[in-house]
Amino acid sequence: MIVDVLTWLQQPGLSHFLIVSAIVFALGLYAILTRKNAIMVLMGIELILNAANINFLAFSRYSTHSLDGHIVALFVIILAAAEVAIGLAIVLNIVQNFNTANVDEIDRLKE
Amino acid sequence: MMRESIDVYTVLFYFFVSITLVSACVVVFSRHIVRSAFALLFTFFGVAALYVYLFADFLAITQLLVYVGGILVLILFGVMLTNKQINVDIKTGTLHIVPAIILAAAIGGTLVGIAWSNPWMVLPTSSSVKTTAPQIGELLLTTYLLPFEVASMVLMVALVGAVVIARREKNKKETTRDS
Repeated sequence: MIVDVLTWLQQPGLSHFLIVSAIVFALGLYAILTRKNAIMVLMGIELILNAANINFLAFSRYSTHSLDGHIVALFVIILAAAEVAIGLAIVLNIVQNFNTANVDEIDRLKE
Repeated sequence: MMRESIDVYTVLFYFFVSITLVSACVVVFSRHIVRSAFALLFTFFGVAALYVYLFADFLAITQLLVYVGGILVLILFGVMLTNKQINVDIKTGTLHIVPAIILAAAIGGTLVGIAWSNPWMVLPTSSSVKTTAPQIGELLLTTYLLPFEVASMVLMVALVGAVVIARREKNKKETTRDS
């Protein structure tokens, strides 16, 4: 068993990348679930998007040998940029209206 | 690459993996939001290095340009603009930690278990590794032309919309005060 793990560790392959991305995904999920600050929630979303990108590129490299995964990852990066711009604009607006960026204190839709 | 002893390829792989995971942990568990934002820089850098390991040179450069150069600067702007700099404590509280730990550990453990135990289909690596940028450009202008154009529209609409959203409320407040 231990020898198996050691030989597995010596040859980085598809499952290594999948495990790294799973850990990054879990960390991002934890950040989204626990953090009060809206900017920290945005950072958690970025971590999750990066984890998804690692998965796309890993399968593109090891399982399909086509560049479709690269294209999807490129679109993920594009949409992440748009999402962060919109998200930060909304957060700035919330801070102007409520004087806080904590998502648990923002409980009114109307001013 | 497939030798029995640990070579530079493997050592560097674990070096970048540890950069990614440790800085991601700092992002998530640090109480100081500025520290989280700067740790996110190292996470993006480590992920870009992993992209290089996955033969994705163009995506690695794009990751560095867009994430480190764009998104991280935006996030830092957000941190600076949404916190009062006079107060030194730019800290973030946490809430319902225990259910979040259970949920994140369950989902992460499931994903790790699947990645570990599933026999993935792995094609043999081709001997010649080509640069990906010309092929990506060709795909973007042939097969993926429509998503490419839609993405450009989405970016423009999102950026204009972000400007409108970020500025509108101020004017509205002034007009409501006047009336």
